[in-house]
Parts: sequence; C-alpha cells; structure tokens
Amino acid sequence: MKSLLTMEGVDRTTLDSLLDDADEFFEVIHRPIPKVPALRGKTVATMFFEPSTRTKLSFERAAKALSADTLSFSPGTSSLKKGESLKDTVLTVQAMGADLMVVRHTSTGAAWRVAEWTGLPVVNGGDGAHQHPTQALLDSLTLRQHFGALDGLRIAIVGDIRHSRVARSDVWAFTTLGAEVTLIAPPTLLPTDLSGWPVATSTDLDEVLSEFDAIYLLRVQAERGGASVFPSVAEYRQRFGMTDARFSRLKPDTIVLHPGPMIRGIEIDAGVADDPRCKVLEQVTNGVAVRMAVLFQLLGGTRDE
Amino acid sequence: MSEFTLQNAVVVDGSGRTEGLRDVVVADGRVAAIGAELDVRGEAIDCRGAWLGPGFVDVHTHLREPGQEWKEDIATGSRAAAAGGYTAVVAMPNTDPAIDSGHLARYVADRGRQVGLVDVVPSGCITAGREGAKLAHLDELCDAGVVMFTDDGDTVADAGLLRRAMEYIAERDGVVVQHCVDAGLAAGGQVHEGEISSRLGMAGVPSEAEEIVIARDLALVRLTGVRYHAQHVSTAGAVALIAAAKAEGLPVTAEVTPHHLFFDHSYVADSNPLYKMMPPLRAPADVEAVRQGLRSGVIDVVATDHAPHADHEKDHAWEEAPFGVIGLEWAAAVVNTVMSLPPEDLFKVLSTVPAHIAGIPDQGRLEVGGPANLVVFDPEAATATSGTVSRSSNAPYLGLELRGAVIHTVYGGRFTVRDAGLVELLRTAG
Repeated sequence: MKSLLTMEGVDRTTLDSLLDDADEFFEVIHRPIPKVPALRGKTVATMFFEPSTRTKLSFERAAKALSADTLSFSPGTSSLKKGESLKDTVLTVQAMGADLMVVRHTSTGAAWRVAEWTGLPVVNGGDGAHQHPTQALLDSLTLRQHFGALDGLRIAIVGDIRHSRVARSDVWAFTTLGAEVTLIAPPTLLPTDLSGWPVATSTDLDEVLSEFDAIYLLRVQAERGGASVFPSVAEYRQRFGMTDARFSRLKPDTIVLHPGPMIRGIEIDAGVADDPRCKVLEQVTNGVAVRMAVLFQLLGGTRDE
Repeated sequence: MSEFTLQNAVVVDGSGRTEGLRDVVVADGRVAAIGAELDVRGEAIDCRGAWLGPGFVDVHTHLREPGQEWKEDIATGSRAAAAGGYTAVVAMPNTDPAIDSGHLARYVADRGRQVGLVDVVPSGCITAGREGAKLAHLDELCDAGVVMFTDDGDTVADAGLLRRAMEYIAERDGVVVQHCVDAGLAAGGQVHEGEISSRLGMAGVPSEAEEIVIARDLALVRLTGVRYHAQHVSTAGAVALIAAAKAEGLPVTAEVTPHHLFFDHSYVADSNPLYKMMPPLRAPADVEAVRQGLRSGVIDVVATDHAPHADHEKDHAWEEAPFGVIGLEWAAAVVNTVMSLPPEDLFKVLSTVPAHIAGIPDQGRLEVGGPANLVVFDPEAATATSGTVSRSSNAPYLGLELRGAVIHTVYGGRFTVRDAGLVELLRTAG
C-alpha cells in the first residue's frame, strides 16, 4: 500500500494488518514513555485545507509518538487565500522535505490529486463528504476491542449519511470485516443512489432499534448540505436522536459510537454521551493508535527499538 | 490574391456529396470552380479522397476576451478554431465585462477581424451583466448584428423576464439561446446525480435540472413564437422534449457537445477536474440518447462549448476547480469517431446548420462564386491529440485515439491550416 486514500476496495488482509499494528501501538501509547523511534528522521506534513482540530492533533500525536517530525499547514496562514493553486501549495511543502502528507480538504478527491502531483505517500484525512479512512480504522478498532471481532455484528449508522465521509468509509471497512450495516436516516439525508453499497436502509429508527450490536451516530452537519434538509432539529431529535428513552430500549450490550464532535441534545442525549456504553473517548484514543499504524506502514518504519 | 486548386476530394455542398472525386479552384477569396479534373489554377494540392466542404461553424465558443485573457483570447481561440477546421465561431458573451451592449459586441467582432483567422461572431447577453434582473441593451446588440442571445453560464431563471426578452428578440428575428440548468435543483451540484455522485459524496446535478428548464422554455416559445436554441443538451429526457417540440412545429433547435457525445459519468470517478463541466457528463443511457438524437436530427448541431481554463485554475480539488473543457481542435474528430456519419451529415451538423442558426451569411455553404471558407477533413487519418494550440490545455481528449484529421482549413481564400499543420502566420498569431 503506497497511500491510504479510501476504504472502498481495501481488502480484509490489509485491514487486519493495520488493526493488528494498531493494537501494538495502543500498547505503546499507554506506556510511561509513550514513544518509539520507528520513524525517526521522517517528516509528516499535515495539510489541512479544511479547519479541523481533533483529526489534525491526532495525526500529529501519532507522528510524534513514532518520533517523526511534523510540518503543519493550515489554510488561515497560507497563500491559498491569495489564489495559489492547490498543486503549487503542496509542491511547495514537498520542496521543504515532507516524506508523507496527510490531506484534509473540503472537496472530494483532494488527496488523490496530491498523491498524483507529489508522488508521496498520502493519507486522506477527510475529503469533502467522500472518504475518511482513518476514521473507519479507528471505529473498526474500537468495535474489535469491544466485541473481539466484527464478524456477524449488526451495526446501524444513523444520521446524515448523504453528507458523511465517515459513513462512506465505515460502510466498506465494517462490511469487509464481516459486519452487517444498516443506514438509518430521513430520506433527505440518504444518498440518492445506493447501487452497489453493501447495506440495508431504513427511515424508521424505532422500528429496528433493538436489532443492533452497535449504533453509530453521525453529527447533524448544519455546515454541509446548506439547504434545509429536515423541518426542524427538534423533529430530527425526536425521530433519529439517541435519546435517553431510546437508549433504554437498546439491547443491554449494545454500544454507541460517534465520530465527534457530539452535539448533545440533538443526535445524542447527555445521559447517553456519558454512559460507559458510549465509546467516544475510546474512539479518540484508538485514533492515535490506528494513525500510528498507517504512518508506520506507509513510511516503512522499523520495529527495532 | 492567391489562387490554388484542391484536387481529388469528396466534395460536400448544399445539395449533398459528389459521386466520385472533384476539384475545387479557389481564387481571389472565392470558389472559382467545382468540377471533375478541372484545369489547375495556381498550386495543385491533392486531397487524396478526403472530404471537402464548407468550413465548420461553432455556435458555442468561449474566447474569454475581454477580461480573462490568461485563459484564452480572440487570437489564441481563433487559432484553435482554425486548427479544428472552423471558419466561424460564435463568441459567448460571458466575458468580463459581459457583452450586454452594442459597443462591446462590436469590439469582439473587430478583434476577430484584426486576428483574421475565422469569423468571430459576437453573441449578446439576454440580461444586463448576465445578472438575470433586467434586459440587456438588446436594441444596441441587434444593431451591432447580434443574432444569438444568451446568458450562457447561467440560466435566465425569471420566466417573466425571459418572456419579455423572447418577445423583443422574436421581433428582431434573433434567437434565444438557453443554458438549461435549474439553479435550485443543481445547487452545489458537481457531477451527474446518480450512483457515482452518491459514491463520491458530491452534490449531484439531476437530469431534471436540465429538463424542467427546457420544458418551461418551450411553453414560452409557444407563447412568443421566438426562435429558440437549447445549448449542450445532455439527457435522454431533454432529447425527448426537443423531439416533441419539433413534432409540434415549434421553431426550436438544439446542440450537443463533443464531450457529451464521447464521455459518460464514469470518467469522473477518480475526480479529476479535467472532466468537470456543466452540464455534467451523464449516464451511459443519456450518452446513447444524445448520439441517437444527433443521428435522427432531433439535435441539430454539434457545438463545442470550448471553455478554456488555465492549468493553475484546474489544479485544484474537484469542487474548487472551474467547470469547462476545451474542444475546438477535436470536435470533428470526436463526432467522426463516435458517430461515423456520412460526409453530408458531418458537414450538416458542423457547418451548414450551425451557420444557419447563427445567421452567418458567408458560412456553411460551398458554391461557385461564394466565399472560400472551407475545410478538408480526412475521416480515416489519426487525430493529433498530443497537444493544443489553445492557450489553455483543459482538454479531456489529449492522449486519446481519435479518428479523423483536419488536413486544410481555408478562410477567405487563404490557408489557415495546411497539410494538417497551422500555417506559420498562425503560429505567431497568439
């Protein structure tokens, strides 16, 4: 694997290998000195053309825990605002000596283009509503830690599927690892054409609520879509929110995941967010571990310590 | 002035194609004679059985001048047109400033004459500044010779305003030319709405965005009687609407672009903005429908929508890159490759009918005593796709194998392309 751009088409062997490495790095970051020299001398550039706090921090944390150096780019301080092309911007950073780029961008396909222009290994840190493969890896790791494996798990992804790169990534990772996935959303938030997606769909959360081992809640993304996609936030909460009442009707061992940031009171009630069966903070920690695994594999790191 | 004899060509004129090969004598900017084994006047040039007909006419070209000369200008765009076998292009008015008054239209025509490689025929805006709020100076534009009126790049959304424009333009014997994309349905749209847009997570442009504009406009054509031309028809439903309108007898014409004939939306799957244009590349069934529409005559002409953008503008991620591709140099080859039309039909869709729609008197005809605007096209020759003479290189055809090459282009009795190469005069024009 030269770059990690999408979860679509990534085979089970590759996923298992990344998750196995992530398990090892999970152990590393819980050591008293959470750092290994595996990528010493390598430079990871985080090219975030879309504002992000947690994903960028997570990648930088992962790079540093592997002893890589980091170069950090953010659009607020860049010449992009002055009209420079994306190509010129990434070639400039490459010329400073980056060995790998992590690219986040508001547009679909940005990471592909960067990989093509630079020839560097590229990790897609989220491109528009398209893909966010390391999120799918950390979600898969969280499920695997909890259940032992994803084989046979029934997982619901609830919310704004249409504008979600998380859903577009998770669908492929979860099903490749053996889970069954159901997408649950109002019709305005489902993709218009699901041909070829290995999923079931529902527009009625309550009807299918008790069938799942894990419920994956998506954030209601007011900044995407733009146009009004449902009549009111209150109505969304009533039909699709993980309210305390709905949470009490889940199977007792069902867990809840969320990519963050959570909007308490809309897609998730505070009582659910703070319940031990809500794995949000585990997901965040696992994010560092899977990103270490990805950087390690793409940069051909050594295990000698 | 020079004279020369083009020998041994399949000649296509207003009455169809010749049986067997003919010679065409050009002298003093005019066609002096057409016939078999004519006495040679001037240099004799053997066309080796290639097709000779009236120069191609594009009713949909973006020359970007005035205002966006880093993309293209009237000299470089004329050069690309000549290379593609064109002897006339209709310049779209979405320049900066937009061509919404008489002196601006005259400027475009004057610059075209100065360059002197093709007829550069200005079109004019329907609304002032293409803002969709009030009528452009239609009176001045008509007086400056404008026949085609369009806010191309945008759709005239206000049906009341469009109706008034139609009433005015009908009386002046002009044509209302519509870019048919409903702004609400297409809001944020990047690619054809369907399986691929859903997979890519990009907002789609549904076929209905095109079809409801055409359906509405046809109702207004019925009301006003104006001549109406639908730009870049791209969906099966749009073809059906045009067919029904023609059956009803409405004065309607339609165009299809080379890229909508050639590519379907599978090409956008790796999100390279080289394939980004509006309307977007559609589903395979739509591609089949526009091909069939062109073959049956429901779609009247092929128009390039030649839309130059500089590399630095396309070198962005998909959603930040501008819409549009260039096509003047390869349009005939694309049509020939995809459709394999007989010569009389190829010249009909690329020359005769576009000249008629645009009302350009000295184009789209080949007759003794008429102006020598003509092209020699070899349908079997390999197409040059290694580069472009446009200022911009946003061409999805580069590197593809196409069939058919422009061997000679003659504009006003003078070669602009000779032996499949731009004449030296041309190379320095930009």
